Formats: sequence, structure tokens, C-alpha cells
Amino acid sequence: MLTLLVRRVIRLVVVLAVVSLVTFAILHVSGDPVSLMMPEAPESDRAALRLAMGFNEPLPAQFVRFLANTARGDFGNSFFHRAPALPLVLERMPTTLLLTVLALGLSLAIALPVGILSAVRRNSLFDHGATFVVFLGTSMPVFWTGIMLIILFAVQLRLLPVSGWESWQALVLPTATLATFSTPLLLRIVRSSMLEVINLDYVRTARAKGVSERIVIWHHALINAALPLVTVAGLQFGILLGGAIVTETVFAVPGLGRLIVSAIRQLDFPIVQAGVFVLALIVVLVNFAVDLLYIYLNPQIRVR
Amino acid sequence: MSIGTYATSSVAVGGDSVRGAEGSRAWRKLARNPAALAGALILLAVIGAAVFAPWVAPQDPARQSLIRRFTPPVWAHGGNIAYPLGTDQVGRDILSRIIYGARVSLLVGISAVLVSLTVGVTLGLLSGFFRGRVDTVIMTVVDVTLSFPQLLLALAFVAALGPSLLTIIVVLGLTGWERYARVVRAEVLALREKDFVEAARAIGASPTRLLLGHLLPNTFSSIIVMSTLQVAQAILQEAALSFLGVGTGSAYPTWGQMISLGRDFVSVAWWLATFPGLAILLTVLAINLVGDRLRDALDPRVG
Repeated sequence: MLTLLVRRVIRLVVVLAVVSLVTFAILHVSGDPVSLMMPEAPESDRAALRLAMGFNEPLPAQFVRFLANTARGDFGNSFFHRAPALPLVLERMPTTLLLTVLALGLSLAIALPVGILSAVRRNSLFDHGATFVVFLGTSMPVFWTGIMLIILFAVQLRLLPVSGWESWQALVLPTATLATFSTPLLLRIVRSSMLEVINLDYVRTARAKGVSERIVIWHHALINAALPLVTVAGLQFGILLGGAIVTETVFAVPGLGRLIVSAIRQLDFPIVQAGVFVLALIVVLVNFAVDLLYIYLNPQIRVR
Repeated sequence: MSIGTYATSSVAVGGDSVRGAEGSRAWRKLARNPAALAGALILLAVIGAAVFAPWVAPQDPARQSLIRRFTPPVWAHGGNIAYPLGTDQVGRDILSRIIYGARVSLLVGISAVLVSLTVGVTLGLLSGFFRGRVDTVIMTVVDVTLSFPQLLLALAFVAALGPSLLTIIVVLGLTGWERYARVVRAEVLALREKDFVEAARAIGASPTRLLLGHLLPNTFSSIIVMSTLQVAQAILQEAALSFLGVGTGSAYPTWGQMISLGRDFVSVAWWLATFPGLAILLTVLAINLVGDRLRDALDPRVG
């Protein structure tokens, strides 16, 4: 178990190093970061900026400096906000996390019971209905779903605000939108993980012993189905954050996604780099936590 | 990498390649399913509309007409039969723009998948065949690719490289290859122990021959299924990038861009954002239905 733990930590460090390299590459992939930052400036200004930012140095040297700065949390100053980029990014983080957690909670509340019932009554009308809804949900562009909800609940029925994040009413539509995106993903996993265990011998034995159906499903089956569920949910976290970015743009939610999207439009690369790095860091850490949980939950590994 | 395999466990891990009788049986199974058949028909209609856009579209998608702006769909009050789905804020025909938009969506979707496919299958083959250090390096890169919110990474790189059709295709392709690498690697790891590979090796087949002649063909059924489903994903992502404002820079309208413009007029003209979204929904749903049925038909484990 200890060697496995050490291996996971080493992998975490390697992954973080490559994540930094990719973040570094965003600014340098076009070949000339200066013309990217100030496309209309005269050559003299560009030369000055090139010198000030150290873009004349060899790329490996620039990357080493970038790594050192990143380790200190320094991504440079935002061109637009004229303030250090990282604090601006971190400031928006709670909003995005709140949106994501709310949507994830709503998704789980729907996906768990529906997915379990789907698996238990496999091939019933309910199961087919749920499967079709999954297909529909995964085929809808999340930003379009958001706009349709706006048209219905904000424009036609006037029940909820069109955008914003100030009152609890304003949270409803963004949360619902992101949940339409994440629920089908989770529902599919719950259903297939339950199907994997529900016909195994130990479940049949439990039923044969006379254990009530409810305990068989929620105790015997679900606990063993939880392992793949947790793993895949961790892998999907990045996709969920992608959905959150789009949702924030639709509803003008002042979160990290909206900050990064407008930074991209303004060519404000320190913000873009800081934002991409922080989001990737979160996904990496979530998956690391899932790995640890997996080691802990899986008796085959724990006992060794 | 014990973790990653769970995500792909639903994809076929078959030993048989699809040829001859096997293939025609698969097609018959596909045709028997009404949902898949409907999906196939919708898909054919969308492909037809994209290819024959200049003949199918009722209007010139770029022609503006200020007196006709915000014409509602034909069944609503004030609708006009010449503009079946209404017009946008500068009087362009929505239906014609959707039909031309299918070109960009399909082109980007299919091309991005071809890029992913080439990169992912190559790396997966190498990873599973050579194992050891090659495997470690490639699987680390897979881990890193999974760590980034894919959409955000695509957004940042498209913005840095400047919007163009080629940039979108390459960036979406290079952010979506890891699933091919994982699945192909897992299959190769299982296959390389089988007797037929052992036999080929015993009669002196070179590594290249083993890889391309014996291992690759046996991964075809999973690759076909994954590619089909990924075209749907790529279309959704292209739409999201266009919606967020880093579009293809092409002369044709795109569905995502149309929805983005429609967002500003939700209170006066609901049809601007609604119909391009329905076009995406129908296309992606059709591909998903066909792809899912394909998976059942090609997976030897399912009856």
C-alpha cells in the first residue's frame, strides 16, 4: 500500500510539471507572445515589452523562470485589471465552486435513485425512458439549454431573473442548467455500475437469505457499485468545470469561467494562464484524492 | 492505470475484427432498432443538407434585409412562408443559415476526430506493445490531458493561435485523443498474450507487421464506435467555442455563433437561439443513437 501511495505522489508531481509546461505553452505556441499581447502597437513598444518580459531569452530559460514564478504564485499582472493575476482568479473561485457543487448535489439527488431503479428494473419502461433522457441530455449543448430555460422561466413566465448571482433566485437557473449537463453523465455511471454488481452471486445469496430488497440494493449492491462511481465521477470533474465555464457565460455569473472567457477576448494572458493553471490544479487534486479514496475503499489493495 | 479502464469498460473489448458475415450481421442488427434507424435517417438528412446547401437552402444565408428583420417563424403571427423559421436581427433567413452551418459542424466534427484517432491509436498501439518506459511516458501524457478542462484548454489555444477552421480542428483533435490511446492500449495488452500473436511472432513477424497486421485490425470495432460517438462530442465543443466567441473565422455561419447572437435577443425573438440549438440537438442525438447501436452490434459480448 505504501509503495502505491509513493507512486501516486510521484505521478502527481510529474503531472503538475507537465501541466505547467502546457500552461506556459499557451503564451508561446503562436511563436511571438508580444504580437499576441499588443497586436496594434508600434515596433518600438513591442521591443521594449519583449525586453521587459524577458522574451528574448531562450525558451527553456523562460520556462524555468515561469516555473519558479508559478511556485511562488506569481503569474504576472493582469493587463486589463492592472493587478496581480492570481488573487483575481482566486477571488472568483468560490462562486464557480459553489455553482459546481450545487449542480453536482442536484445531479446526485436525481441520478442515484433514478439510476438504481433503472438498473433494478432493467429493460422496463422506466429504464427505457431514463435511457432516452440520458441520450437527450448528453446531446444538448449546455449553453443552449441555459438560454431555453431563460426564455421559459425568465422571459415568458417571469419567475426568475435572466442573469446575475445576487439572490437565491438567481442561483436557480444556472444550477439547473449545469445539472442538466451533469445528471446524464452520472445517471449513466450509476446505472452501469449497479448493473455490474446486481447479478453477482453475493447479491443473490443475500436475497436468498431473505434480506429485504431495500437493504440488498442500498447496502450490498450500492457499496460495491460505489467504487467505479467515485472513480468516474473524479474523471468527469474536468468536464463538469468546462460546463460551469459555459454556464457562467450564459447567465453572467461572476465566476472564474466568465473571468477567463473575457480575459481571452481581451488577450489578457496572465489571467488566462493563472485561470487555466488553477482549474487544472483542482482537477489534478480531485483525481489524486479519488486515487487515495480508491486505495482506501478497495480491500484488495488495503489489506496488502 | 487501473483507474482509467473503468471509464472505458462499456466500450467493446472484442477479439474479432469486423469482416464479411460479421459485418453484415452488425448492419442487420443496427437496422432492426427503430431509434438507431431514425438516427441514421436524421444523420443522412443533415449530411445531405450540408453537401447540397446551395440547392437546399431557400435563401442566400448572408443576404440582409432590414425591413424583414425579426420575422417570426411561419406558423406564428406575422410569419412569412419564404422564411420558414423566421429571420434574425438583420433579416437573414434562419433556416438557410442553419443549413449552411451544418457544413462547418460536420467538417469540424469529422476532421477533429480523424486527428484524435491518428494520434490516439498510434500512441495506444506503441504503449501497449512496448510497455515499460514508453508506456509510462505515454500514460503520463494521457493523465495530463485528462487533467485540463478540455474546453478551457481548447479555448485558450484557439485564442492564442487566432481563430481559423484549421486551428479549431487541430486543437479539438489534440485535446480528445486520450480515450483512443487508453482503449487501444488496453486491447493490445490483452491481445498480445493471445495465441495468434504468439504464432505470428514465432514465424518471425516483425514488430511493425505484428502491430499493423495483427493487433491494429483487432481494435477496429472499438475504434469505430468511439469515433462515431466522438464526432458528436466534437460538434458540441465546436458549438461551445463559437458560442464563447473564438469561432472558426470562416465565411459560413456556425450554429454556436447563431445561438450566441440569439442570446442578446431572447426577450424579443425566441426563434433566433432556439432553432440552431435544435439543429445541434438533433444532429448530436442522431450520431449518439447510431453510435450506441453500433456498439451493441459490434460488441461480441452483448447478445
